[in-house]
Amino acid sequence: MTYPQILCLIVAIPFMGAGLILLAGKYHNLRDTLSLLVAMVLCGTVYQLIEPLRQGNFTQVTLLEVTPSLSLGLSVEPLGLLFALVASFLWIVTGLYAIGYMRGHHEKNQTRFFACFAIAIGGAMGVSFSSNLFTLFAFYELLTLCTFPLVTHHGTDEAKKAGRIYLGILLATSVGLQLFAIIWTWNLAGTLDFRPNGILAGTASNRVLSILIVLFVFGVGKAAVMPFHRWLPAAMVAPTPVSALLHAVAVVKVGVFTILKVAIYIFGLDTLAQLGSTPWLRWIVAATIILGSLVAFTKDNLKARLAYSTISQLSYIVLAALLANEFAIIGGGMHIAMHAFGKITLFFAAGSVLVASHKTNISDMKGLGRRMPLTFAAFFVGSLSIIGVPPAGGAWSKWFLGLGTIEAGEQGLLAVLMVSSLLSLVYLLEVPIRAFFSSPEPDQEGTGIQEAPWPCLLAMGISGGMTVGLFLFPDFLYEMMTMVFAA
Amino acid sequence: MMNHLPVLQVIIPLLAAPLCVIVRNGQIAGVIAVASSWVSLWMAWKIFQLVQVAGTISYNLGGWLAPVGIEYRIDTLAAFVLILVTLVGAVVTPYAITSVKKEIDESKESLFYAAFLLCLSGLLGIVVTGDIFNVFVFLEISSLSAYALIALGKDRRALIASYQYLIMGSVGATFIVIGIGMLYVMTGSLNMADLAILLPELPSNRIIPVAFAFLTIGVCLKLALFPLHVWLPNAYAYAPSAVTAFIASTATKVAIYMLLRICFTIFGPDFSFVKMQLGAILLPLSVIAIFSMSLVAIFQTNVKRMLAYSSLAQIGYIVLGISLFTNTGLTAGILHLFNHAVIKGSLFMALGCVMYRLNSVDLESMRGLGKKMPLTMGAFLVGGFSLIGVPFTAGFISKWYLIQGALEKGLWPVALLVLMTSLMAVVYIWRVVESVYFSEFGGSDADEITEAPLGLLLPTWALAILCLYFGINGTFTVLAASSAAANLMGVGS
Repeated sequence: MTYPQILCLIVAIPFMGAGLILLAGKYHNLRDTLSLLVAMVLCGTVYQLIEPLRQGNFTQVTLLEVTPSLSLGLSVEPLGLLFALVASFLWIVTGLYAIGYMRGHHEKNQTRFFACFAIAIGGAMGVSFSSNLFTLFAFYELLTLCTFPLVTHHGTDEAKKAGRIYLGILLATSVGLQLFAIIWTWNLAGTLDFRPNGILAGTASNRVLSILIVLFVFGVGKAAVMPFHRWLPAAMVAPTPVSALLHAVAVVKVGVFTILKVAIYIFGLDTLAQLGSTPWLRWIVAATIILGSLVAFTKDNLKARLAYSTISQLSYIVLAALLANEFAIIGGGMHIAMHAFGKITLFFAAGSVLVASHKTNISDMKGLGRRMPLTFAAFFVGSLSIIGVPPAGGAWSKWFLGLGTIEAGEQGLLAVLMVSSLLSLVYLLEVPIRAFFSSPEPDQEGTGIQEAPWPCLLAMGISGGMTVGLFLFPDFLYEMMTMVFAA
Repeated sequence: MMNHLPVLQVIIPLLAAPLCVIVRNGQIAGVIAVASSWVSLWMAWKIFQLVQVAGTISYNLGGWLAPVGIEYRIDTLAAFVLILVTLVGAVVTPYAITSVKKEIDESKESLFYAAFLLCLSGLLGIVVTGDIFNVFVFLEISSLSAYALIALGKDRRALIASYQYLIMGSVGATFIVIGIGMLYVMTGSLNMADLAILLPELPSNRIIPVAFAFLTIGVCLKLALFPLHVWLPNAYAYAPSAVTAFIASTATKVAIYMLLRICFTIFGPDFSFVKMQLGAILLPLSVIAIFSMSLVAIFQTNVKRMLAYSSLAQIGYIVLGISLFTNTGLTAGILHLFNHAVIKGSLFMALGCVMYRLNSVDLESMRGLGKKMPLTMGAFLVGGFSLIGVPFTAGFISKWYLIQGALEKGLWPVALLVLMTSLMAVVYIWRVVESVYFSEFGGSDADEITEAPLGLLLPTWALAILCLYFGINGTFTVLAASSAAANLMGVGS
């Protein structure tokens, strides 16, 4: 098979998977096996693209011309490949976890759930391999729409209300600001292709481009920069696998990924660094980092706390894009992977607690570590990665981000990163400390080990192990990110 | 035979209409209507191809040379609109066969088809003719038959709606005929191309601007531009389903075609947009129309009515494109004229399917219908997404060009408004989606509600697929619209 064909196949596999899942809907075991198999095939196919990319083969393919000026096209570049690898690998892990969770928790409409899940991954693949902003936008919107049934999965009034917030904010920002910015970009540059060094340099005054970057940063609502962050906590009504893969990895990372792509390939780092609004935006994003952490403190519901932690962490990557230098971009790209593995572990643990002991609030988890040691150990490892200390992968990305702030001459932002790390140390480690060191409430039934179903434990083990593994062997991520600048 | 296509385009439905009355049998009349509308579509396609190759076609009726005789004149724009009108006609007539049986008395069925064909031939006549008085004649043919068609609605309010339309439409037609009269007094000619030559040569006077005002206001009444739109929501809401689908997709669009002809062909862009500053009047009106009508649509409980208000907003988009007075803006206007017709056609036809089963299109009664009528609601969803302007639907492409046009002129607040109102479209379409897909079925006769019959579904899906097709491969529509726009902008300059 030629590389363009492989590229098309990657985007097609999840959609075909969704079809298969719908067909096999009545046979639960077959359906779940299929879902896992499709994930594995996808990850394997994405893996095929690494070697040609190393040899400098930036495969590109135009699928169709919508109008003489707009086309749907795919291409491989290092950042997108990195993201696609992370998302497709974690789909396997989440697929495994979801089987344990959805059955353990007796969820309804599982076929619709798995099918929409597959389509969402297809959307993420499309975004990561899109060769122009129009294609990216199309898949971005697809992702918004196909995750709506997942967010409102329970069908309760609460879920519907959350679904409205979810759809409202994501559509309003993407249509009102992002699409506007995209059309404006086309108007200025006459193209929407992602090109090294960008397409906007010298097309308009500093003032116009300054406005444009603001439109992009806020218009990509999936990056959850405040004040457009409310959809993410709202989405937590969804079943935990959705929160884990989509709202810690696929959907939110599509947001920050879009901003990175726009920074590197639409504006070009040199242009971006010179814009009048960039220093302001950096501090607005820094405010999200701190505020997100502070709000996380106030949340007793574990998933809500993790959601605000995600909001804070996403802004690290947005900040990386806005710092607009090589170190920061490397840090930002690595953080996509590091945060993904760390946060998904945390969500897996939160879901396991829910399945095994039906607890959602941190204050109720006193002494629970004695009954669920593995779950809380995984939570501990995930926390380390989010905080950014060895031996977890998050340490590397924060290191490069820190270097990036100094390179940009923004020592104040370095302080922000450190403060945020300290805050996350407190609000995340509170959970395992309570679980392991507080004595359990007297009315709790049973004292023996009561862990989550084994697929959940296995999934947690893999993602937690990878978190540590990425600390020991970060060279692949580093290599990918340096290739961004080699081109 | 091929030489006479321009006149046959009008004559065939015009002759088929009395035939329907003569046979007095609903079924046979239906077959006649379907056959003649399909032949019309085929002819429109042939004419379009001919225009692409040979340029503007001129046909002298009865062999009398213009400007004495009546000339039929078809350029790219006319050929494009012909395709649109005949396409909608060809899809709606087979739909009507099933739909009308349920909604109209058997005794009136053949009369329905007669009126329908008259309306079709009137609309086609407006498009093909190059004679301004002929436009008025065809306008009256199409309007009078439209009043009759709307009055056939089962709901008794259809009569009032039709009467309202009759009064407003007649005012509009009178304005138009006054304008034509003034032009004739000043130039002694009724041929559009002839007028275009004679008008600029006249010494400066007050009568020509007044005639221009009468004509544009009369046409704006017909195309239901805010604030001359009051007749439209009721007419659309209470007319029989097939009639709503047809009229909504064609009548207002042909009126917009008339506006383009008057402004660009007869008076010339310099007179209309530079001297008379028509753009400065149309722009604010269309902006208000887009915003206020989208807002009103959000609060409707009858879905048909909701779509009627949405149509008013969409007409605003089309007029906005025209008012920008640039190549891109005009392309966007013409493009949306075509796309919106296809979109609204599919939406109203999907609603007709609902009407067929439920006898109601209230938001409340449609709860949980997604599971009962998946195909119907699927078509509605496609049309709805297209109306919003989701990528890979027809609506996206026209909005893309419209915003480009606004940005080119530096009107970025207008560009933002277009996006904001797209979000309002999200709200009103999503109200339906939530009720249909995410609510439990509320009706008592749960078992009796099944999918609509194929006779309704096939035509509905034909248009829904076109919504997608023109969104995925917009080359045909974009090229046709942009060459029509370039043609119009080039005339007289």
